[in-house]
Amino acid sequence: MERIWVLAEATGQGPTALTLELLTEARSLASTVEAVAWGAETASVAGTLGDYGATRVYDVGDLAGALPGPPVASAMAALVDAGERPEAVLVPASYDGRDVAGRLSARLDRPVLTNVTGLVERDGGLLTEHLVFGGTQIVRARFTGEAPGIYVVRAKSFSAESAGGSPAEVVAAPPGDVGPTGVARIVQRHVEEATGPKLDEAPIVVSGGRGLGSQEHYALIEELARLLHGAPGASRAIVDAGWVPYSHQVGQTGKTVKPTVYVACGISGATQHLVGMKGSKHIVAINKDREAPIFSVADLGIVGDVHKVLPALVEALQKRS
Amino acid sequence: MHVVVCVKQIPDPAAPASLEPGSHTLDRSGKLIMDDSDSYGVEMALQLAGGVEGSEVTLVSMAPGGETSGLRTALAMGAGRAILVSDEALAGSDALSTAKVLAAAIRRAEPDLVIAATESTDGYTGTLPVQLAELLGMPSVTFAKRISTDGAKVEVERQTEAGYDDVECPLPAVVTVTAGVVEPRYPSFKGIMAAKSKPIDVLSLADLGIDASQVGAAGAREEIVDVADAEQRGAGEIVVDEGDGAQRVVAFLEQLRVI
Ligand SMILES: Cc1cc2nc3c(=O)[nH]c(=O)nc-3n(C[C@H](O)[C@H](O)[C@H](O)COP(=O)(O)OP(=O)(O)OC[C@H]3O[C@@H](n4cnc5c(N)ncnc54)[C@H](O)[C@@H]3O)c2cc1C
Ligand SMILES: Nc1ncnc2c1ncn2[C@@H]1O[C@H](COP(=O)(O)O)[C@@H](O)[C@H]1O
Repeated sequence: MERIWVLAEATGQGPTALTLELLTEARSLASTVEAVAWGAETASVAGTLGDYGATRVYDVGDLAGALPGPPVASAMAALVDAGERPEAVLVPASYDGRDVAGRLSARLDRPVLTNVTGLVERDGGLLTEHLVFGGTQIVRARFTGEAPGIYVVRAKSFSAESAGGSPAEVVAAPPGDVGPTGVARIVQRHVEEATGPKLDEAPIVVSGGRGLGSQEHYALIEELARLLHGAPGASRAIVDAGWVPYSHQVGQTGKTVKPTVYVACGISGATQHLVGMKGSKHIVAINKDREAPIFSVADLGIVGDVHKVLPALVEALQKRS
Repeated sequence: MHVVVCVKQIPDPAAPASLEPGSHTLDRSGKLIMDDSDSYGVEMALQLAGGVEGSEVTLVSMAPGGETSGLRTALAMGAGRAILVSDEALAGSDALSTAKVLAAAIRRAEPDLVIAATESTDGYTGTLPVQLAELLGMPSVTFAKRISTDGAKVEVERQTEAGYDDVECPLPAVVTVTAGVVEPRYPSFKGIMAAKSKPIDVLSLADLGIDASQVGAAGAREEIVDVADAEQRGAGEIVVDEGDGAQRVVAFLEQLRVI
């Protein structure tokens, strides 16, 4: 392929891990990789974006509190209308990424392939891979219409590797016309402080589910995670129930984790949970139901009551530390 | 205030899903039910409409075979009426085509607020509501975990990587809700009886003035190439806790040298 665009998301700490994963993959697929970024700090991330393979970054600029979907998608559409023709646009599967992809799709009248977990080059085009049925099967798909294809890619589908490239050239993107679509404004941001390793980077993840019975038992999950120098996670059931914040959720709509060890406690193993943790190197499951689907992916399964096994486990580890 | 809620009708997720052999698309030939993910949107709409005088709630769905059972469930929860788009030519539609069809149906309803789920249970592309918003020329706020409205604007707590943002958005707008935004009610017996006589407008593509070649399998610009088995994890060891469960886990972690 000639040219791929990567939607580059950044936080105060620089480009997100998923952005770097997409740049790395784009580099292996196309001779030219360019990024599209927004925010007040684009110049300061151009170095890292270049390092991972982007030669140029189109900068949409500071959005002054607007949600990114409309301004970023309209700037990208304006570039395409002005004759820039990437063959593919890789978009991180994130809150803002999905918004940009949806807007861009409708603007350019191109469909989107979402939940992509792999990309394969074939006959000059791209085949996408999607895990379905809890990760037991892989569906492969492709675009049949006009380029660019829009691909929304899940975290940890590729590993990020620096290429040692020089900083990307920063080019101001033309402002697109957002009309009435651009009126939503962020009036206040709330950052939930987390201590310990980040859920999607931790070498060990200990997750709890509805089988814990009540919110107060989640303390056992946190304590076990702390003792193992890992991060606590959760199934959606207990996030929806309000026991833990959404940032703890593992699965299709939550984080994708691939730790060395994943410990699932009182989690049934619904397909939407499995797709977020099935890539873990080793999986331990504790569940009182022998038939729970989580055991189908477990290296070690304990058929037992979390209220007995967890306290004993915490105690045993406390003794060792 | 007129609130429109997108309600997807899907094969029962509790029944084993299967792919059609030829097209590899999900088999939707059986009876369809309301996607549970949309019950949150329906409940949210009812509560928001209840807070603004003179409000009504209309459901919009696109489904094969004139399916209305999922819509009846949502009507039984309390929505006033429903619009169903059903047409043979729609089979095999991708999310963008579906968004075009829903946009045409929703435009006629002249809503102030459109609510959808962040993602459906069977398709989970999660892009349709934003495509819809763009086609309608409306702003959108996705991943809402709280919503309030005064009839002129919405205030939304929007989920983020780091926590959440307070977002303000004038109406009309599209908002997508996460599960957990509200607790959906169960339809009452009275609601179920009342739902039987609530109006459902059934529209075809011709009614909406949409060219059949632009949607469905004819208009799809993506295709499934093949389906293969994913790499299997090796079978693990499953043991029944006889009081030694914790020790087994400790031994396993030791063997991996993580403790
Ligand atoms: C569109 C969509 C997206 C979704 N995204 C996600 C996602 O990102 N992440 C996610 O996790 N889910 C997701 N889900 C929800 C998913 O389908 C399941 O509902 C959820 O994962 C179930 O959580 P759970 O395993 O904690 O609860 P349950 O399924 O209720 O399982 C509880 C388990 O605990 C066991 N148990 C009970 N008591 C004990 C005890 N004392 N000791 C030991 N075991 C016990 C039970 O045997 C059972 O297996 C999604 C669903 C949809 C429709
Ligand atoms: N055929 C449909 N009819 C009504 N609403 C739909 C339809 N398809 C998708 N939606 C809405 O859009 C949301 C996201 O769908 P999806 O893009 O499939 O993940 C769903 O949860 C519904 O609220």
